[in-house]
Amino acid sequence: MTATLSDEQLQQHFDATIERDQRIEPRDWMPEGYRKTLVRQIAQHAHSEIIGMQPEGNWLTRAPSLRRKAILLAKVQDEAGHGLYLYSATETLGADRDDLTGKLVGGRQKYSSIFNYPTLNFADIGVIGWLVDGAAIVNQVPLCRCSYGPYARAMIRICKEESFHQRQGYELLMTMMRGTDEQREMVQDATDRWWWPSLMMFGPPDGDSPNTQQSMAWGIKRHTNDELRQKFVDMTVPQAEALGVSLPDSGLVWNPERGHYDFSEPDWSEFKQVIGGNGPCNAQRLERRRAAHEDGQWVRDAAAAHAAKENARKEGAAA
Amino acid sequence: MSQDRPTTGTGDAPPGSETPRSSWPLYEVFVRGKRGLNHVHVGSLHAADEEMALHNARNLYTRRNEGVSIWVVRAEHITASSPDEKDSFFAPSADKVYRHPTFYSIPDDVPHM
Ligand SMILES: [Fe+2]
Ligand SMILES: [Fe+2]
Repeated sequence: MTATLSDEQLQQHFDATIERDQRIEPRDWMPEGYRKTLVRQIAQHAHSEIIGMQPEGNWLTRAPSLRRKAILLAKVQDEAGHGLYLYSATETLGADRDDLTGKLVGGRQKYSSIFNYPTLNFADIGVIGWLVDGAAIVNQVPLCRCSYGPYARAMIRICKEESFHQRQGYELLMTMMRGTDEQREMVQDATDRWWWPSLMMFGPPDGDSPNTQQSMAWGIKRHTNDELRQKFVDMTVPQAEALGVSLPDSGLVWNPERGHYDFSEPDWSEFKQVIGGNGPCNAQRLERRRAAHEDGQWVRDAAAAHAAKENARKEGAAA
Repeated sequence: MSQDRPTTGTGDAPPGSETPRSSWPLYEVFVRGKRGLNHVHVGSLHAADEEMALHNARNLYTRRNEGVSIWVVRAEHITASSPDEKDSFFAPSADKVYRHPTFYSIPDDVPHM
């Protein structure tokens, strides 16, 4: 009863599904380019969540109170979860999780440049929640409507959790701003260091982002990098004012004609350096991930051996 | 879901290894959000066995009271229909309009119908 359709008909059916703004589901026919683009993008996203645990994990044992420690632990655990939801989505496209991990630790797949910056003081934890998770939310909310079903559904789940991440960070900063002069300086210092890398999280400027058009045509991307960056700046300025910190950009001014804030161009040569592996922490992040993976091998082996033994016992009992 | 996956990795032992190494099998996870609702597919995970799959599912998919009950099933044990464009599997449900209440016209003044 299976009528064989020509490639052209399959392509038409795919295009029509995208046109109607319906979701593509795993076993549907899809162009190879669409599948490859998704696997690469979702894998990079998953890697970012996993590597992203490190800068914050750095402060787990030094959190100033049990309350802050419990919150940070829950947040870092969420990021692990985000990575796993996303790896699960890549597997619906035929990717293999071990293969992706191998590509990450082998430096053959990338992750977000933001996680190659160090967390130097505890205010960094607050600023990451506020700015980095804040930027992630702006990036991720449109992905909840991505044309690929499993990715969109993972993003919905993730976005629900990101709100906690951003709010805990901002609340941490508000607490520090009510503290001593030294604490306020720490918050300002952390803001100064994380502002530009946060703006770079949206990727290169539109003129320098060759894949954007195709991704938008496929309904994977809904807004350009520059649109999202502008949105983030507009959202964040009043939050900085409410907090009482300044943002390190003298070009940041309200433009009444555009109805948006104008702001200066990030240093894209720095972005290229960090993406290319030469950021302050690239080597350390990858090495840590590789070591964790290798150190965990005996646990995976032991659990697999135990499962095999239990199965054999059950089969023996049944026979 | 498993039917979604062209490949499932049960992990062959690498040469020279005594223990079954590499990837744990894939499990699909279904969560009942609250009493009175069906279990709904939420995603997948890898685990060495059923019990670990259940624990991992709790940690991964229900960190904030998202569920009161979890099912896990080996992905390879799910049998699925083919994607819609490749066959007429669902065609019989479309051509029997008389299965729908709207097929029958009843005068407007007949109450409660
Ligand atoms: Fe996340
Ligand atoms: Fe987050």
